[in-house]
Amino acid sequence: METDHYITYSEEETIELGKKFAEMLKPGDIIAIEGSLGSGKTEFIKGICKFFEVQEIVTSPTFTIINQYTGKFGDEVLSIYHIDLYRIKAKNEFEEIGLLDCLADDRAIKVVEWADKANGIFPDNIYRVKITSSNVNENERIFEIQMPLQA
Amino acid sequence: MKILAIETSCDETSAAIIENSQVLSNVVSSQYFHSKYGGVVPELASRAHLHSIVTIVKNALNLAHSDINEISAIAVTTQPGLIGSLIVGANFAKGLGLRYNIPVVPINHIEGHIYSGMIENEEINFPYISLVVSGGHTALFYVESFLKYQLIGTTIDDAAGEAFDKTAKLLGLGYPGGPLIDKFAKDGDPNYVNFPRAMINSGDYNFSFSGLKTAVKNYINKNFPDGVNEKILTHICASIQEAIVDVLVIKAIKAAIAYSSKYLVVAGGVSANSLLRRKFAQESALRGIKFIAPSLSYCIDNAAMIGFLAEKKIINATLDDFKRLDFTTKAYTLKNH
Repeated sequence: METDHYITYSEEETIELGKKFAEMLKPGDIIAIEGSLGSGKTEFIKGICKFFEVQEIVTSPTFTIINQYTGKFGDEVLSIYHIDLYRIKAKNEFEEIGLLDCLADDRAIKVVEWADKANGIFPDNIYRVKITSSNVNENERIFEIQMPLQA
Repeated sequence: MKILAIETSCDETSAAIIENSQVLSNVVSSQYFHSKYGGVVPELASRAHLHSIVTIVKNALNLAHSDINEISAIAVTTQPGLIGSLIVGANFAKGLGLRYNIPVVPINHIEGHIYSGMIENEEINFPYISLVVSGGHTALFYVESFLKYQLIGTTIDDAAGEAFDKTAKLLGLGYPGGPLIDKFAKDGDPNYVNFPRAMINSGDYNFSFSGLKTAVKNYINKNFPDGVNEKILTHICASIQEAIVDVLVIKAIKAAIAYSSKYLVVAGGVSANSLLRRKFAQESALRGIKFIAPSLSYCIDNAAMIGFLAEKKIINATLDDFKRLDFTTKAYTLKNH
């Protein structure tokens, strides 16, 4: 399984990394993101949305749980679901919030924050992004990006 | 005209009965189940709309001593929100409407908050500035009528309520973080730490609270790697609260002045914060602006505000405006963005 490592030192660099990462994405892809509070998950997703020319402001879905944005994939309209499982306590809530319907949408890109809370419900072939805050430099963020088995 | 209102856009299942702008009943699931079972029942408290909706609607009718046959219109939140949650409320409303031949009026949840200050304060005159500040939203609106308003600013990352909750989490406090920070802050020194007031001089009406989270995290890691004692905790809470409230107050007051608004109406769950209410009252009074914040039951997500607005819309519009039942997850879009 292929894993790439990247390091960023500012919010701007994290957004840039998200934008660069998005180049390999296509409709239907799921990106599962893990990382502690303030590690830059939302900033990384801002970068992904920037690449797909989303005009709306990308905000944290912690309370709204799922944000939907409209972007472009080539000439086609692209939906991006920005999902945040931070407030989810039990797996039986996935149905209530519409997570399963969301993940099944083959025409959309699905980005999930706090994805570790939903392990077991994702298909195998997804992107996994793990963000670690540094103990050395408070602005440093380490990204481990794991590619799908068969992209 | 009696209106049955239903709200299921996110966590709360709520139903209310409104007649001539008066709230006859307003039942909110978390409060209802809390009083019924003497504690919040987790599976029933959040987003269990399908399980709760019949009980909540029946209860709203009973408390208002009303029968479904007296209802002239059903108002229901159709946007924005969680699609799975919205659909439960909207389909329930449609089913009820079909069975009893009652028209269904779709209402926008954020608009409900925008006008919620008028439920208890009918004297508010248009135009006014409205700040909707909750866990999910932080947005400023210029409100011209019941049918016309304009978004003038919004958070570009985290909502203010989220900033309260996540910094509380970083401090090891429980959930919900807002009321806990408010409580601890009462004994603390708000000038103990000078946390960032992001975008305070940005020249627009947008907000950013994401950096505060990181600032608090870095501050604790650097100065108190082994944890904070209770005294220091009160100071940090007071400093966090001061930073969040400062930005909200300054931006909203600036907007009220720029738009010559005589009223400043603050709604949404965060408007329950005691420092926020105090500072808004002070700073508004100083400038001859009337500050209004609804009671807590109209600040949180509730159906009364949905029914209240529906009645105004029905009076101010024609039935043609209510032909389409639209679902959308989108909150709002900045015009010039």
